[in-house]
Order: sequence, then C-alpha cells, then structure tokens
Amino acid sequence: MVGVQRRILPGFGLSLGFTLAYLSLIVLIPLSAVFLKTATMSAGALWEAISAPRVVATYRLSFGASLLAAAVNVVFGLMLAWSLVRYSFPGRKLVDALIDLPFALPTAVAGISLTALYAKNGWLGQYLEPLGIKIAFTPTGVLVALIFIGLPFVVRTVQPVLEDLEAEVEEAAASLGASRWQTVIRVVLPALLPALLTGFALAFARAVGEYGSVIFIAGNLPMVSEITPLIIITKLEQYDYAGATAVASVMLVFSFVLLLLINLLQEWTRRSARKVS
Amino acid sequence: MAGASGTLDLRGRSASARFEENPATRDNPWARRIILATSLAFFALFLVMPLAAVFVEALRRGLSVYVAALTEPDALSAIKLTLIVAAVSVPMNLVFGIAAAWAITKFDFKGKQFLITLIDLPFSVSPVIAGLVFVLVFGAQGWFGPWLRENDIKVIFAVPGIVLATVFVTFPFVARELIPLMQAQGTEEEEAALTLGATGWQMFRRVTLPNIKWALLYGVILCNARAMGEFGAVSVVSGHIRGLTNTMPLHVEILYNEYQFAAAFAVASLLALLALLTLALKSYIEWRTAQQGTVGDTP
Repeated sequence: MVGVQRRILPGFGLSLGFTLAYLSLIVLIPLSAVFLKTATMSAGALWEAISAPRVVATYRLSFGASLLAAAVNVVFGLMLAWSLVRYSFPGRKLVDALIDLPFALPTAVAGISLTALYAKNGWLGQYLEPLGIKIAFTPTGVLVALIFIGLPFVVRTVQPVLEDLEAEVEEAAASLGASRWQTVIRVVLPALLPALLTGFALAFARAVGEYGSVIFIAGNLPMVSEITPLIIITKLEQYDYAGATAVASVMLVFSFVLLLLINLLQEWTRRSARKVS
Repeated sequence: MAGASGTLDLRGRSASARFEENPATRDNPWARRIILATSLAFFALFLVMPLAAVFVEALRRGLSVYVAALTEPDALSAIKLTLIVAAVSVPMNLVFGIAAAWAITKFDFKGKQFLITLIDLPFSVSPVIAGLVFVLVFGAQGWFGPWLRENDIKVIFAVPGIVLATVFVTFPFVARELIPLMQAQGTEEEEAALTLGATGWQMFRRVTLPNIKWALLYGVILCNARAMGEFGAVSVVSGHIRGLTNTMPLHVEILYNEYQFAAAFAVASLLALLALLTLALKSYIEWRTAQQGTVGDTP
C-alpha cells in the first residue's frame, strides 16, 4: 500500500494514524450517527417524516431560494471579478479585501444587520415598503440573506481563472477580426464556464445548509418562509429526534451528491485552465 | 476559495493596468462604465451596507448604552466563553492540520484524494446538522447519554458540546491551506536536513515550519474567525443558558429576540470588528506571500 522508496522522512505512521483517528472521532463517527439513527426508523415513519407537507415546503424554499441566489451571484460575481481583474479604479484593493466579508462575518451578525436594513423602518425597507416591496420576514428576505452568503464563492473561483487567462487568446481573436463583444462571448466566457459553474455549485451548497443569516430575516412562517435547517431545529426542540434526524439525512445525502459534483467540476476547471494557458 | 491571488505581476505592474493598456483586452469605455458601476453598486448594497448598519445600529442609542451592553455580566461571560471555545478548538485543528498535511504531502499512499475529500466534508454539512450529530452521540437519548448521566458528565447543553461542534465546523481550515502549499514544496529540503544529520524534530522546526508559517497563520486566522462566530452548530448543542453556555453570537440572538436592538448590535459590532481584523490580516498575509513569491496560489 505504501511506496517504500519515498519513506525517507519520519512520522508517516504517526501523522497518518493521528489524522485518521481524529477524522473518525470528530467527523465520520458522529456523521454516521445520523444514518444509523435513520436506519432504526420503519420505512413508513421515515417517509412520513421527510414528506410531510410542512417539510416539503421547506425543501421548496431552501432549494429554490438557494438556486436563485446562486444564479444572481453568478451574474454579479462575474461582473465583480471582471472589475477587480480587468479595471483599475480607486479603492480596488479595499473592495478586493472586503469580498470575503461573508466568510469572516458571523452569520448571526449578518442576519440581524440585513433584517435591520430591510425591515419596515430600515435604511432600505422604508423606501421599498411604500412601493409594495416587502423583503424582511418574507421568502424574498431568505433570498437576500443567501445572496450575501454566497457572493464570495463565485468571485473567488472566477477571479484566479480570469487572472491567469493569457492576453494572447484575446489578441488572436481580435487579429482574426472578432469584435470585442464576439471575443468576450465566444472566447473568454467559455474559458470561464467551468469556474462559473463551480462557483455556482459552491454558493448553492453553502446556501442550502445556511441557518444563522436566514432565520432573523425569514420570519419563519410554517409553509411560507421556513427553511429546512430550521425545521430540523424545530423538531429537536419538540424532542422529535427521529424526525429531525430523518430530515437531516435527506440533506446530508443531497450534500454528498453535490460535493461529488463540485469535485468533478473543480477537476474540469483545472484541466480547462491548463488547456487555455 | 481562500485564494491568495497575487495582484502584482512579476514586474510589479498591476494586472489590471496590463489588461487596460492592451487594445485586444481593453473594453469599450461604456461597457467598462456599466460593468464597473453595476458591480460596485451590488457590492455596496450587499456587503458595505450590512457592515455599516452593524456599527450605526450599535451606536444609535449613544456610547453609554453601547459600553453598558458590553460590560454587563451576561455579555462578559459570553465573551469569555467565546474566547475559551476558540482557545481550545483552534489549537486542536492546528495540530490536526499539520499532521494531515504532513501525511498527505510528504508520503505516497492509496486513497489520498479520498482522504482530502473527507477532510473537506464538514464544509458541505449544514451547521445545524453539525450540532445534531453531537446530540445523537452525547445527548440524553444518544449513544453515550445513559453512561454520561450515570457518571454525571455533561456534554450537550454544556461547554464540551460547544467545543466539539466548533471543532467540527472549523475542521478543514488549517489542513486545506497547508496541503496545496506543502504539495508544491515537495520533500527535498526536509531530506537534505536529514542527510545533514538533523533529527526529525529539528528538521520540522528549522525547515518545515519556516516554510509553511504564513499559510499556517492564514489557516489559523480563518479557523479562529469561524470558531468565534459559529452560530448554527453551537445553537443546537448550547441549550442557551444565560451566563453559562451562551457564546457571543448566541448572546446576540437572545438580545435581539428580546428587542434589545442596541445591545444586540453592540455585541454584534465586536464580532464585526473581529471580521474586519481577520480580513486585514488575511490581506496582509496575501501581500507578504505575493512579495516573497514563496507561496503558490491555492486553488
């Protein structure tokens, strides 16, 4: 199993042993508890727990709002990455540093702050409500929070690919008579496609599981603005451990499939980046 | 995601200037204006305004209310607990990150790629589920529930559960910064040290550690920010006992739900300052490593 010729350095057994033990104790064994607990449920009870109308409504909101938020982030994330790489403007470094704010700002802080902005008397809410646009305490509020959370994923996946894109490719297109618009649509965007899809998938995966930033602004009305992570907590608070675990295992299976997809996409990004440059 | 993207090319010119000087990569002035205005408006709306709102709301009722909110006993105990949790969980993941990166990057073995995927796993699990798993293992109804009760040990609704949930959600941070860097560095320098008679520990301290120090610091900073700010996972296992099991983010939630908005935002502003400090340090490290040219970009 081990390439003996490379084992000149010390500490292989110790470091790998510790890694596997720690990984098992902190992550793998606790995660397996979700599936083992779910396996003790009868098929009927399991189906009832994961397909109750109130639970299905949360899937629809969580997955729908996450898809939409990731799509919004692809459009604006691409424009932001483009501005950061291609244009020089005052404050560019500050903008670049602040892009990671959603990674660094605790989700609860983002949650109460977005709620304060979009509430009826908030900075933005006071202008939107008279126009009939309600954001806080509606599904739109969920969307706003998920856009906030997902933005850096798209920018940070597209930005390095855009930076590494050789100018020669665009020069070649221009010298062959392509207009700037044709070059961008036919040459640059296809090269960015794997990175855009990866950013989309990462933002989507994060948004589906997001809790802290959403619950403050969502209003959490059953059947209307309740997200799937919240229903897990609600079931736990009612001591419905089996029900909470059943819904959690649905989310986990979905996350694992998505993780596999993201790995494939990242592999594709790497390969196509190599091809272009 | 945490790409240390260098913004200067080899000759020290900014990359954007290079693109703007080249007629083949230069956008038409109107396209440039529209793209720049749209993306900056989006940036201001979704990132700057929420950040600014935290500080404005925190100081809305005056400085005395702000200071009072931060110095009342429950706030102080929440701050203390947050510091304790970070002080335990960050070093744990630091040791793990170094061990995992050492095994993965300095040796060949089967299933390496799969191991890397497993290490990243906690990032794709919802924080709520990260809390739930420890309830299933250590809760009253859980695997070790009866045994823990007999021996009078509390894990769930107590500090150990909060630490475990935090360790889970911050698990990959250090390892994922170290692995790509140490992979790029290879094993020659360590092998040379051994050939020259260094012991394993000397080799690690004098050769490996100096080579990875910036990436290590980078991983620790991100790990710490998440450890201090984690909400969902901690919320499930904490039990929300005031003065005992409330971390700062949970304290923010309680104050907010009690309509003590100024106090909630005051505590939130401390966390926002931590976030800004994290971003500043992160940018500094990226700048340092870009200058030295020793750290490759992490994809």
